[in-house]
Amino acid sequence: MTATVTTDSLTEKSDRVTSRGNGGARRKLPRIPDRIRQGGLPYLLLLPAVLLELLVHVIPMVIGIVMSFRQFTQFYINNWGGAPWSGFDNYKIAVDVNAPIGEALLHSFFVTCVFTFFAVGLAWLFGVAAAIMLQENFRGRGFLRAVFLVPYALPVYAAVITWAFMFQRDNGLVNHVLHDQIGLTDQPSFWLIGDNSIYALIIVSVWKGWPFAFLIVMAGLQNIPRELYEAASIDGAGIWQQIRKITLPSLRPVNQVLVLVLFLWTFNDFNTPYVLFGKAAPENADLISIHIYQSSFVTWNFGTGSAMSVLLLLFLLVVTAVYLLITSRGRKGADA
Amino acid sequence: MRNIRAAAAVTLAISIAAGVTGCGGGSSSGSGSNDSPKTLTYWASNQGASIEADKKILTPELKKFEKQTGIKVKLEVVPWADLLNRILAATTSGQGPDVLNIGNTWSASLQATGALLPWNKENFDAIGGRDRFVDSAVASAGAEGKDPAAVPLYSLAYALYYNKKSFADAGIEKPPTTWDELVADGKKLSKDGKWGLGAEGSNLSNNIHQTFVLGQQHGADFFDADGKPTFTSDGAVAAVKQYIDFMAKDKIIAPGNAEYAQNQSLTDFAKGKTAMVLWQAAASTFASQGMKPEDWGAAPVPVASGTPGQGKNVNSMVAGINMAVFKNTKNIDGAKKFVKFMTSDAEQKLLNKTYGSIPPVRTAQADEAFSAPDLAVLRDTLAKSAAPLPQVPNESQFETAVGTAVKELWADAAAGRPVTTESVKARLEKAQQTMQQ
Repeated sequence: MTATVTTDSLTEKSDRVTSRGNGGARRKLPRIPDRIRQGGLPYLLLLPAVLLELLVHVIPMVIGIVMSFRQFTQFYINNWGGAPWSGFDNYKIAVDVNAPIGEALLHSFFVTCVFTFFAVGLAWLFGVAAAIMLQENFRGRGFLRAVFLVPYALPVYAAVITWAFMFQRDNGLVNHVLHDQIGLTDQPSFWLIGDNSIYALIIVSVWKGWPFAFLIVMAGLQNIPRELYEAASIDGAGIWQQIRKITLPSLRPVNQVLVLVLFLWTFNDFNTPYVLFGKAAPENADLISIHIYQSSFVTWNFGTGSAMSVLLLLFLLVVTAVYLLITSRGRKGADA
Repeated sequence: MRNIRAAAAVTLAISIAAGVTGCGGGSSSGSGSNDSPKTLTYWASNQGASIEADKKILTPELKKFEKQTGIKVKLEVVPWADLLNRILAATTSGQGPDVLNIGNTWSASLQATGALLPWNKENFDAIGGRDRFVDSAVASAGAEGKDPAAVPLYSLAYALYYNKKSFADAGIEKPPTTWDELVADGKKLSKDGKWGLGAEGSNLSNNIHQTFVLGQQHGADFFDADGKPTFTSDGAVAAVKQYIDFMAKDKIIAPGNAEYAQNQSLTDFAKGKTAMVLWQAAASTFASQGMKPEDWGAAPVPVASGTPGQGKNVNSMVAGINMAVFKNTKNIDGAKKFVKFMTSDAEQKLLNKTYGSIPPVRTAQADEAFSAPDLAVLRDTLAKSAAPLPQVPNESQFETAVGTAVKELWADAAAGRPVTTESVKARLEKAQQTMQQ
């Protein structure tokens, strides 16, 4: 509200300036309706953004929801209107966990939960640890900061393709080190197919995601007054106590947003599994985004795919809402 | 304040209406017109070494066409990885090219969308008649009993490529003609870090092509006469198991092949690490990887017994590229003229020679250039012992479902897990259940 009041008063001021400056010439200008001049300007300025938001996000989402209630297969993609309405049939197929399609979706959901838990947890842990380590000023700090941010700056496709090469069984760097050089395994392991694929996926995701956590936490650390550490140090607090009692509590608002954003990005991540495994991800790394892609684009069954997408959207909305509710309550409690 | 809200609501309503009509305005069920008779847009598939190479090859031909007809063709070469999604998007929006290339295995699936021009007698007559084309190639252009959704452009078939030096070193005199011989030869060749046969275990399409042929040899079609999937028939299970057993039981395929999906098996072949591969027109790839034509030989893909032929001795799918016209084109006559031009004897000879494929046009096929040893094998296979993949609307689902099942089985075999008739059947059962009618 503050912003609106400020803008309104600015508009009024500029009106006054205009009326003084232009004098009699004012009447010749096309008359702008009072209500727009007084309160509509911010809305007018927001209009392009709102229109684009509608075009890019809202309308496709609405179309997706409509599609999920239709039997939208290859027979109808040429004539959308002709696709028969199917009520909740697509949803029934998607959630019927006793049938293969629902069972596969549930399995994919669990895989995604496990993947997200480890990928977000580790990315956060590495990000916080690195940010805290780089908090003190020392020689080479700037260089390390730049190096740590490289994975975040690289284009996703280029980076993940490089990882895919490194994970190759016969010629990959990972097996060359683990098997040929260190001799950790009896045989070269498969990383891109079979049971290990989930590890490969988590490693790439953490590698790609932790610099963002690092960047945000580093920014958050700048706001903690140095005096707190100095006082704690005088009182005899060690480094662990300082982290536990000062750093982490001070970072709480930053972490709340950071974890939510990392969660949403990771849960929805499509690029990493797609570039790493192609159209058909191994069962152990069958993330929900790629599962939905396969259920719609590869099998041309857009209705079921859309229903799955809507379910994913609902799940993420619920998780986000509950998370925000809990964290805002916690904050209010802390404020009180 | 109320006025502002009203204004916002109106803006929202207008923009939603504009957006929805914008997105939904692409219905393309019309039957084409001649509103823009001087231009055509053509999406070509990537047949040459690169997109740029294709442009260089096709541009002079398009100029020739322009000179003959005055129609300017705007060319876009679309990579294989994008082509199907691009076609689906064009079908959905109605904003597609006039003429396009499609993989022939997609024919029936795309035919079901109703967006492509059906090649009935009238349309075929406009390009010189259906009889000009080889039957098996036309059969791979749409569902049986329906007018084809496309016209064959380039044809390909599978052959067994073998490394002559590896064969000589192992004391093998001639390429195998039956699977038993292939396994026996493979065992002789699989030693000292070298392997008998190569495979692309994580390439879904390749898995389908190979298991389809083995399925035919076991009398399995994967679909019944009504188009219902029959993935778990005894023949289908035996075919998939036979293919996986080359690694699991016979141990003539290196375990690492299970994760191959980017033609690594061809690189292994060129490096002498693998002695045999089953491939379609691999000559140009081998040459680009430093092999000389005398280093390798090409032979028909083995069969269970006897000689390749129709019925149970099918030894290749009919592979190839078809040319289709979007029904809603604004230059229907020009599009047909362009298809006629591309399937003319002269263009067929020239383009197929350049791409190392076989012309599906009978008269062009007779050219001597297609009698070179490598190509003669492909040509004879196409003529005598190739069958099209199931031409059913859900072929695309079949490739994904069964291709993925076979990929998972490769992973099992590579990890040393047992691959049994039951485990194969269980995977195929699951694949079949995910097929929606």
